[in-house]
Amino acid sequence: MAITNPVPVSPIFGRLTLDAFPIHEPVILGAFVGTALIGAVVLFALFKYRLWGYLWTEWFTSVDHKKIGIMYMVLGLIMFLRGFADAIMMRVQQAIAFNGSEGYLNAHHYDQVFTAHGVIMIFFVAMPFVTGLMNYVVPLQIGARDVSFPFLNNFSFWMTTAGAVIIMISLFVGEFAQTGWLAFPPLSGLGASPYVGVDYYIWGLQVAGVGTTLSGINLIATIVKMRAPGMSLMKMPVFTWTSLCTNVLIVASFPVLTAVLVLLSLDRYVGTNFFTNDFGGNPMMYVNLIWIWGHPEVYILILPLFGVFSEVTSTFSNKRLFGYTSMVYATVVITILSYLVWLHHFFTMGSGASVNSFFGITTMIISIPTGAKIFNWLFTMYRGRIRFELPMMWTVAFMLTFVVGGMTGVLLAVPPADFVLHNSLFLVAHFHNVIIGGVLFGLFAAINYWWPKAFGFKLDVFWGKVSFWCWVVGFWAAFMPLYILGLMGVTRRMRVFDDPSIQIWFQIAALGAFLIACGIGAMLVQFAVSIWRREQLRDHTGDPWNGRTLEWATSSPPPAYNFAFTPVIHDNDAWSDMKKRGYQRPLEGYRSIHMPSSTGTGVILSGLSVALAFALIWYIWWLAALSFLGIIAVAIAHSFNYHRDFHIPAEEVVATENARTELLAAGVRA
Amino acid sequence: MKSLRFFLLGLLLLPLAGCNWVVMAPAGDVAAQQRDLILISTGLMLIVIIPVMVLTVLFAWRYRQANTDAPYDPDWDHSTQLELVIWAVPLLIIIALGAFTWMGTHLLDPYRPLGRVSATKPVEQNVKPLDVNVVALDWKWLFIMPEYGVASVNELAAPVDRPIRFRITSTSVMNAFYVPTLAGMIYAMPGMETKLHGVVNHTGTYDGFSSHYSGAGFSKMRFKFHGLDQAGFDAWVAKAKASTVSLDRPTYLELERQSEGNPVQLYASVDPKLFDAIVNMCATPGKMCMNEMMAIDEKGGLGMAGIHNTLPLVYDKYARRGAGSGSVFGPEPRYVAGICSEAEALAMSRDSEDAPVRDRFTPIQGLGLSRPGAQPVNSSTRSSALSTPFSTL
Repeated sequence: MAITNPVPVSPIFGRLTLDAFPIHEPVILGAFVGTALIGAVVLFALFKYRLWGYLWTEWFTSVDHKKIGIMYMVLGLIMFLRGFADAIMMRVQQAIAFNGSEGYLNAHHYDQVFTAHGVIMIFFVAMPFVTGLMNYVVPLQIGARDVSFPFLNNFSFWMTTAGAVIIMISLFVGEFAQTGWLAFPPLSGLGASPYVGVDYYIWGLQVAGVGTTLSGINLIATIVKMRAPGMSLMKMPVFTWTSLCTNVLIVASFPVLTAVLVLLSLDRYVGTNFFTNDFGGNPMMYVNLIWIWGHPEVYILILPLFGVFSEVTSTFSNKRLFGYTSMVYATVVITILSYLVWLHHFFTMGSGASVNSFFGITTMIISIPTGAKIFNWLFTMYRGRIRFELPMMWTVAFMLTFVVGGMTGVLLAVPPADFVLHNSLFLVAHFHNVIIGGVLFGLFAAINYWWPKAFGFKLDVFWGKVSFWCWVVGFWAAFMPLYILGLMGVTRRMRVFDDPSIQIWFQIAALGAFLIACGIGAMLVQFAVSIWRREQLRDHTGDPWNGRTLEWATSSPPPAYNFAFTPVIHDNDAWSDMKKRGYQRPLEGYRSIHMPSSTGTGVILSGLSVALAFALIWYIWWLAALSFLGIIAVAIAHSFNYHRDFHIPAEEVVATENARTELLAAGVRA
Repeated sequence: MKSLRFFLLGLLLLPLAGCNWVVMAPAGDVAAQQRDLILISTGLMLIVIIPVMVLTVLFAWRYRQANTDAPYDPDWDHSTQLELVIWAVPLLIIIALGAFTWMGTHLLDPYRPLGRVSATKPVEQNVKPLDVNVVALDWKWLFIMPEYGVASVNELAAPVDRPIRFRITSTSVMNAFYVPTLAGMIYAMPGMETKLHGVVNHTGTYDGFSSHYSGAGFSKMRFKFHGLDQAGFDAWVAKAKASTVSLDRPTYLELERQSEGNPVQLYASVDPKLFDAIVNMCATPGKMCMNEMMAIDEKGGLGMAGIHNTLPLVYDKYARRGAGSGSVFGPEPRYVAGICSEAEALAMSRDSEDAPVRDRFTPIQGLGLSRPGAQPVNSSTRSSALSTPFSTL
């Protein structure tokens, strides 16, 4: 039930009452029981096998960029399952809610589902995946031992997780926002959304935003300051280049999101009138501000994957990347232009024709460097020797899918076309076409590509192919009907329909969504089977794909210190160049290695942030004050922690490297 | 890959598609021109998209590892000529598309009065557009026709081939007013007025709805738009006039309450000041109208006295929505009390119906396009050919 009447605020529990727990809603209750059961099993296993200590010391408190990267990926994967469950719920609702049927979700529930789907998929799936990938790969690619600020990295991860936890709490305590993923006022204002949904949205994003911004700063500093000697900017691998541009975008745009959400919170908490209808407020300003963040955000997501495709295409074509320089310039141009297009998200709000044309044309201009990138991949394949391993299959699927999404994107940038297609299912199909076809396909390429680096064994090919075909076919089946429905004038976020003739398209789309579900299932099976058969899939060389960049120069998984000796770079395909020039791995002269120490402060700060956010959402002021003071106290206390670093003794380095020498020799003999 | 081929085929067949693809086969001239732009842009982009897709498949096949006959050149990574082509071809296409965009956006600006009712028929001099004032309410549409003094909820009618001039606003949250067959959408926003011009060329019953999510009742915020011949339209107006209900202020305030799936309701008469009061957010008696507030502020404001010119809010649309309390740390909700009488306030900054069009409606520079409805400077043939650039393509 939607709670619309003001709830009395008690001094102890704030707005939190027993009504906040959805015990009368069978769907949510089922989800809760399911989650609780899985949680109980996991907890039981953790206690039974005494894994808590291991997880705490080896993972949660670790400042190793590789482990943090993997934890980001795990977070993204878990939230992906939640976000996809929302997607399936929407598809089923829209497939059955015809001919007077209300479907199985009421408006209060359905509106939360589509809002949560968007928020989770962007902030807690795509962002952690992308950040995790950059975290794992970038230091290895530039020959660094860790990121610039290892503790900050751990803290960023836990803040992102805290944001995800806050969003997940909303599923079982209270409600989530029913506003759409960008929470436009006046709908997200106190008048139209008086209960806790929008507050969950605000604090979830604010807490996660701290993590994202800090992680952006961290990676910029890492790329700028920690490259191996010889690696000038124009010798950086393309993935590192795209990561650099992405993090510049993060640092430049996330503060805008933070600021606009602060203004919205002020409206909701202290009665200011930035975005209200009355007293001089202007809701259009919110739309304007949030898209100044929102448009760069989509490039934050896609740019690193452009980097992945560059690495994958070049590696699996056994050939240098075509047009490295123009690739780099294209990336930088996209970075800059992504700030000049945000108004295309609201052509239909009545800006003048000249303003609309300006932003329409700048949007189209972005397609030029993007097109150049596609051509560069194409000519990398030209005269190559292409090995169709899973990463390359995802790349080709991406190229064929993404150009269609790019085309519909440019189409939407033509204002008169946008006037008839805006907010329609055509638009929904377009951005899923670029986000699934670009970001997700890229992530799957990246996971299949770097998994052997991270764990020392390849992923199972059979289940990988099953997953690939389910995903690709499922994607086209799920979203082509949406393009068509958009051309029929069907708008997005509808819960019920009255025209029975369009039901068939929604049924096809639901079928596509179930195919995608099979793809996700096959991917999980692929992970499980690969872990099960890891000895058969084992790679001892550290370079299973005949890679070209530096991360393939070290062992798989890399030792904590990444490289025993800092490599010297002469070419942008550094490892390829080293192999060509007959690189011999040094076998002696090892020294002790200076490394950062683990710390639990990040976990504690993030836990306190969850408490603070929960208290602010429910108006539990004593808890808010307490947790805020706690955050300050822990932060100050951490500044007195002098156990920040240690040395890996030379003997340990020698032992590790000798073990690798033996494995390599064994590999050569075999 | 198979579905992909179908999709491409589908794109090519779009113009031939069935009649329920309303965006591709609209009944109104503006929407038809927007459709033409979609087709032109798609065609222009396919010039580069199709070769890319073909080459991707071709290269993927030809340079597969098993095919040792294909040339292999592992260090080939640069070609100035090729680079020039891959940057220049998209650039040229975007230049062409940009020109269409600039022209189309200005010609099809929803604020621009129509110059023609169809590709072959200019607007006649003596035809006055049909004024329709649109209000997005939670969750239904209110249409007011000042010319006839009638209003309707969730039903709209218009005569074919007569330009329609919409003034659009909302009462509480954002919506978008969209009749796909007629013209593109435009947002309906509280305290603001947007404009839209359109025309319907064929009689029929079409769908209209909100295309911006606006809360729980959004899905049912739909209405039928009837394109009628003149006799049919006169009959519709007469039917409205014969209604027993009239839309006065108390009726409106009652209507403004949240409700969904409202049946069609016609009103025989309308409070003539109602729409302006809604736009200025002073439909509730005693509230200061926004334009009154702006006029006072423009002259320097009321100073400290202004702070006290508020009254506790006991009955407002948000109170009617059930959210009466203010923010937890904020003051109690209040409203600014009106100083002038409402008639004075509305008269103060009311847009004159005959106000000269603003700068952005002046002819598009460099193309010699004449303002719609204006007499061409040189010859009538040249002007009409130019002002309809998409009909010839």
